Amino acid sequence: MSLVGARVLRKEDPRLLSGTGTFVDDLAPPRCAFASFVMSTEAHARIVSIDVRAALKIDGVHAVYTAADFAEFPDVPGGFPDLERPALARNSVRFVGEPVAVVVAEDRYIAADAVQAVEVDYDSLPVVTTIAAATAEGAPLVFEHHGSNVVTVVPMLDDLERELERCDGRAKLHIVNQRCAAVPIEPLACLADWTRDGLTLWATFQAPHHLRNYLSTWLDIPQTQCRVIAPDVGGGFGSKIVWYPELFVAPVISKRLGRPVKFAQTRTEAMQQMAPGRDQEHDIEVGYERDGTIKALRLVVSQNLGAYPDPTGLGLPVLTTWMAAGAYKIPKVETSFRTVMTNTTPVAAYRGAGRPEAAFSIERIVDLVAQRTGLDPAEVRRRNFIPPSAFPYETHNEAVVYDSANFPEGLAECLRLIDYDAVRAEQVERRSDPTAPLLGIGLSSWLEIAGFGPNGALEGFGHLASWESAQVRVQPDGSVIVFAGSSPHGQGHETVFSQIAADELGVSYDRIQVRTGDTATVVQGIGTMGSRGVPTSGSAVKVASQRVLDRAKKVAAHLLEASEHDLEVADDAFNVKGSPGKKVSWSDVAWASFQPLAIPPELQAGSLEERLFQESPNFSYPSGVYGCVVEIDRETGHVTVRNMAIVDDCGTVINPLLAEGQVHGGVAQGIAQALYEEMIYEPTTGTPITSSLLDYLVPSAADLPGFVAGRINTPCPNNPLGAKGIGESGAVGAPAAVINAIVDALSEFGVDHVDMPATPEKVWALMQGGAE
Amino acid sequence: MSRDQPVEITVNGSRTRHVVDPRLLLVHYLRERERLTGTHVGCDTSNCGACTVLLDGESVKSCTVLAVQADGHEVTTIEGLSGGYDGFTAVQEGFRQCHGLQCGYCTPGMVMAVTGLLRERTAPTDAEIREGLEGNLCRCTGYQMIVDSVRWAIDHPDPD
Repeated sequence: MSLVGARVLRKEDPRLLSGTGTFVDDLAPPRCAFASFVMSTEAHARIVSIDVRAALKIDGVHAVYTAADFAEFPDVPGGFPDLERPALARNSVRFVGEPVAVVVAEDRYIAADAVQAVEVDYDSLPVVTTIAAATAEGAPLVFEHHGSNVVTVVPMLDDLERELERCDGRAKLHIVNQRCAAVPIEPLACLADWTRDGLTLWATFQAPHHLRNYLSTWLDIPQTQCRVIAPDVGGGFGSKIVWYPELFVAPVISKRLGRPVKFAQTRTEAMQQMAPGRDQEHDIEVGYERDGTIKALRLVVSQNLGAYPDPTGLGLPVLTTWMAAGAYKIPKVETSFRTVMTNTTPVAAYRGAGRPEAAFSIERIVDLVAQRTGLDPAEVRRRNFIPPSAFPYETHNEAVVYDSANFPEGLAECLRLIDYDAVRAEQVERRSDPTAPLLGIGLSSWLEIAGFGPNGALEGFGHLASWESAQVRVQPDGSVIVFAGSSPHGQGHETVFSQIAADELGVSYDRIQVRTGDTATVVQGIGTMGSRGVPTSGSAVKVASQRVLDRAKKVAAHLLEASEHDLEVADDAFNVKGSPGKKVSWSDVAWASFQPLAIPPELQAGSLEERLFQESPNFSYPSGVYGCVVEIDRETGHVTVRNMAIVDDCGTVINPLLAEGQVHGGVAQGIAQALYEEMIYEPTTGTPITSSLLDYLVPSAADLPGFVAGRINTPCPNNPLGAKGIGESGAVGAPAAVINAIVDALSEFGVDHVDMPATPEKVWALMQGGAE
Repeated sequence: MSRDQPVEITVNGSRTRHVVDPRLLLVHYLRERERLTGTHVGCDTSNCGACTVLLDGESVKSCTVLAVQADGHEVTTIEGLSGGYDGFTAVQEGFRQCHGLQCGYCTPGMVMAVTGLLRERTAPTDAEIREGLEGNLCRCTGYQMIVDSVRWAIDHPDPD
């Protein structure tokens, strides 16, 4: 029986449900000190002086360090040349929350006292927090020596004015895709222990090998003496692939003090220090014909990078412009972008990273075309979809060739799940009843780029390469260890990779163990991001397992005195086809494989092990169609999501239970972006207003609807599993469905757009006729 | 510190005694003094509920309780749950069966909150489950499968 495709329960759960998982802050080696950072209270200032004397007088404080104590270290790696981050702020600060000094104390309470006791005198400088302010004439500069706040620009070759002018109609929108915080429930934490044998750093991180590579270079120690371990990781969503200075400072302190040093962010610190995502502004315009077909698309993107350009942050608008046309066959597409620094927390990846922004804008403008032409939004989509026969589909960018999709089928399934015609009829009835809540229906037929990736895909973000590794090792008793290079943060790699290996090897699921996240045991790895776990890392496990099985069959054939071609493997044994009873167990084969006299001469002892680096010829392109029904209170503008139907196409599904869980979580974050979440900075001081969970509205169970899930399957031709990845889908597709539903409900007020988050205040104002 | 006070708290049925700083939070008493690290910390404003435990049988956020306030009381943490599903209670088993967790960081608090909720209400509706858990944030699941997990626990009472 195949385990791939089965709703197998997770291997991770028993430990996590019994409170015996291991998160970084759970570790407490003897003599462990606690580090806490003094954070800048200014968004832009020169540091006049730092007085640490009072802090040092507190009982239990071991040390206080400032930039002067890190003079021999370069800026932390991964940044943009000449715009890099120092380990601790040197002379000036550029965002509220920037680490200025670090105190080390006996415990976290004393460390907090000491942080309060450090006095920093600042000389304030003018602040910019928005793209508009940062690009205005004579704007204050985040980096004086750069001469501008603009970092990268990709201009447009042709503004498409002629194509747009030739169309029956033009529709355009200015769209603000607001800054959102990732808010993994476990904030950043690390534990550094630098002994005479070298450094071990436990970190809650999505890419431990990458961290090891950068850390050893920065510390100037061989990688053999630099071990990074990502134990259980309490969520990440992109925020844990960033080169936070805290991760580099902690090891140095550990070495200096000769004891383990732990840092565990508070949530308030995390809201100011962990990289948020999104924060783009778009000017999107299309030219369309009366029949709703779109002939030309122009997208101009501005990316707020925050104070220090992060490699992922710089890459966000690249992905956005790549995916500008979404699911649609648009003859002419032109895009441009610029990236802009501001005095805010540096921006990086957040679930979807550049693709939710693309999907949101194209899905909004398609609805606007429907509104202008008087056609049903579902019909406008049908008339513009790339047909299933057109795949592989070359887009406006040569790097982007969509692998496979079936949008008409996905749309039909979504409309069925949401009972589209019935809700439209209900909407008509509602409109004649001024006491009933407004009703709106929104669709989002999205597509994203995932499965990172082909060679070159991740190198641009600073990673070593774009492959993923797997090492499959058969133990002498026939049980199997799978070492996977991709290290999870909630996705269920132990379960999913066990399913894949079990199917390939014919070994029981329970006799397979998956290990990840330790640079001392996992050969090499890239990480878990860009929905690459299954398509790239899972494919590595599959192919490595196949190769181990090929050699195991030779051993089994030798033991059975049969031809390896006549063997089949199932239920932990090798059987000779057509000869019932002639079989040898996997454990006997494994045992023999370590005995030189028991194996065929062409094999060596211990050969039932394979180490493989899986490359991908192309990205994968998960897609889907989501439908949302909202009700809006006419008195308050409060939006309630009544129904959310989600139809995904991620190609081959390894575990439907886990795939559904991934989509639910992503959709929840998408609804949250549409309705609740926004990082807000006071524009003149740069002080974050939403610096705790009191102000930043992460939704609870009471704020979110149940989901109705469907699925279609167009396999990915670019990897052995046929899988496209599922981690980011929900967050890509959901925001537009929700906002399209709200605009649909408000259309009787002449509303054609509302920016996220659609708060009651904004919606109410639109109902009063106030333009946004 | 001279202001330190002795406290005695029954944790998971065992009497524990420590001398503590009066400002020590119960969650840090549990995690750092008793080394019961199943109870997690996810915020500093009592919003996330990752630190939820039972205090005298009722669910509380252990970051809002001082250790000295728990002096003389009984605390149950995730490590103190046991039941007939191979050691798990129906609530724990429900989360396992229905994929009610992903990264697992909010999970112990969520399980304790559900345990407290089902002591107060034996047959909640889905809406009551959602409202009953609004003090516990999960960033991974979108909550649907947590609601399913609670439903499973209601439908499959502990065989013990």
